[in-house]
Amino acid sequence: MVSKGKKSKNAGYISLGRHVRKEWKLYTFLIIPVAYYIIFKYIPMIGNVIAFRKYKGGSNILGEAFVGLRYFKQFLGDESFWNAFWNTLRLSISYVLVRFPITLIFALLINEIRKLKWKKIVQTVSYLPHFISLVVVCGMVKEVVSLNGPINTLLASLGFDKISFLSLPEWFDTIYIVSGVWQALGWGTILYLTAMTNINTVLYEAAAIDGAGRFKQTINVTIPGILPTIMTLLILDIGGIMTSGNMQKILLLYNPLTQSKADIIGTYVYRMGISGGNFSYATAVGLFEGVIGLILVTSANKLSKIFTDSALW
Amino acid sequence: MKMNPSKGYRVFQVVNTIVMIFVVFVTLYPFIYLIAQSFSSEAAVSAGKVTFYPIGFTSATYKYILRNNDFFRYYGNTILYGLLGTLISVGGTAILAYPLSKNRLRLNKFFIPFCIFTMYFSGGMIPNYILIAKWLGLRDSMLAIILPGAISTFNLLLMKSFFAGLPEELEEAAAIDGMNAYGIFAKIILPLSKPIIATMSLFYLVGLWNEWFGPFLYFDTKDKWPVALYVRQLVEGANKVEFGASAEVSNVQSTIKSAAMVLTSLPIICVYPFVQKYFVQGMTMGAVKG
Repeated sequence: MVSKGKKSKNAGYISLGRHVRKEWKLYTFLIIPVAYYIIFKYIPMIGNVIAFRKYKGGSNILGEAFVGLRYFKQFLGDESFWNAFWNTLRLSISYVLVRFPITLIFALLINEIRKLKWKKIVQTVSYLPHFISLVVVCGMVKEVVSLNGPINTLLASLGFDKISFLSLPEWFDTIYIVSGVWQALGWGTILYLTAMTNINTVLYEAAAIDGAGRFKQTINVTIPGILPTIMTLLILDIGGIMTSGNMQKILLLYNPLTQSKADIIGTYVYRMGISGGNFSYATAVGLFEGVIGLILVTSANKLSKIFTDSALW
Repeated sequence: MKMNPSKGYRVFQVVNTIVMIFVVFVTLYPFIYLIAQSFSSEAAVSAGKVTFYPIGFTSATYKYILRNNDFFRYYGNTILYGLLGTLISVGGTAILAYPLSKNRLRLNKFFIPFCIFTMYFSGGMIPNYILIAKWLGLRDSMLAIILPGAISTFNLLLMKSFFAGLPEELEEAAAIDGMNAYGIFAKIILPLSKPIIATMSLFYLVGLWNEWFGPFLYFDTKDKWPVALYVRQLVEGANKVEFGASAEVSNVQSTIKSAAMVLTSLPIICVYPFVQKYFVQGMTMGAVKG
């Protein structure tokens, strides 16, 4: 039995039916989890058909009548959709533009710490925010920037006027980006640091013999060594630009006063669909976002394959 | 290390240490502020006097929260959902990852992409909501927060690569002794997989501990709320007052909010330094896989 199992690696050695009959016990492991994937991941994908059908909130999740592109035309003509669309792009792109280089630089700097104990402390502390509940993170943000919070106290002591950060739309980007960097900075370095430890030390020695100092070694050895990791993370970031990964955070941070700058597609879908009950309309918006996200990650992957030889798939 | 560092490099080391101290400070400061505020008097907080340590020390806010039975109920809910959800998630992930890790299973050519595709495209918020609330009728059921995210495909891939790295010989020997696939999985694979099971449990547990959006969408009965949702309500409530008028009211709540946030995060902050290595292991395992 066992030796046969090994031979069956050569495809076509035994028929598929016999293969399944022979390995059926192992295949039974799949039943429950695959059923889970179908119900909780694939049925919602199919549920997207209500973007093209009228769904009034009943138990027929496929909706009542076909309406074609009506909902797409509707949201494409809606100003508040476009406001959310541009906010999504602006917030995500500026967040990536700030966070990505800072994380990379931080990883390079951690890599230069010579005292192991201190390195460990810096890493442990900087990973911590990743594990804190979004509710607490946003609550903290609100406390820190509130009118009698430490930032305003500092401003006041320097002779400036206090700023009501949370109710001024022009401050939303800063709050969103800075708190995001605070959350993600340390955790984002893990993959870089792992990649750095995998670089062959001979390369550094060779560079040192050629007279390269630490800075030159970083440019010529470390960065090329972690380039595949950089590209992978960049692909993921670009792919995520349109997806509402941070929808929950904005839902916790925004308010009617900052909505003009803070509303993103995810929060727009939430308000239209779940608060407003326009399920089909909101699904159409969500589907639009999902498809763009898929296109983005696929093209970023292709570009990376062409230019750097590293890709997700 | 090997050669005499140049003067520039020594200067760099000093600057680097300063930068790192700054990062550590900025990372920890919000926690320090929260703790200081939670032990301060309302008057000191509203005057903006609290920065690093409690002013007008009082533990009244903690007493207020802990006297409130609701808080313990929410905390209990969080623990219940966390433990039960973690059990289901780790079990589900393991029984899927095991067959997927076997190259000899030909249908994996279909099942692996079947799982991975869901990382790049998902149903979206509304179809998920309709599925859970309307079709499955899970509104107000704790299954509504445990089941939808039960298997994370990212965790699945980590576990799959761990299983793939286990020595094949043990399983082959057991098979020769007549042990079937179920026995091999339970008696050989699982005992060897303690590190990955620890990592997975922590990933899922933290996720469930911090979960607020699912309960927010699906729980009508407040008694079922996890503590994260309760904290959100405190924070939002105070927020609304701040928009409205009286600063004093919002500050009474500010100290309570801080105390509630501290109590919610406390288990994670206390346990985290000791289990951190499992998280990092998990992440780096994923990286090795590529």
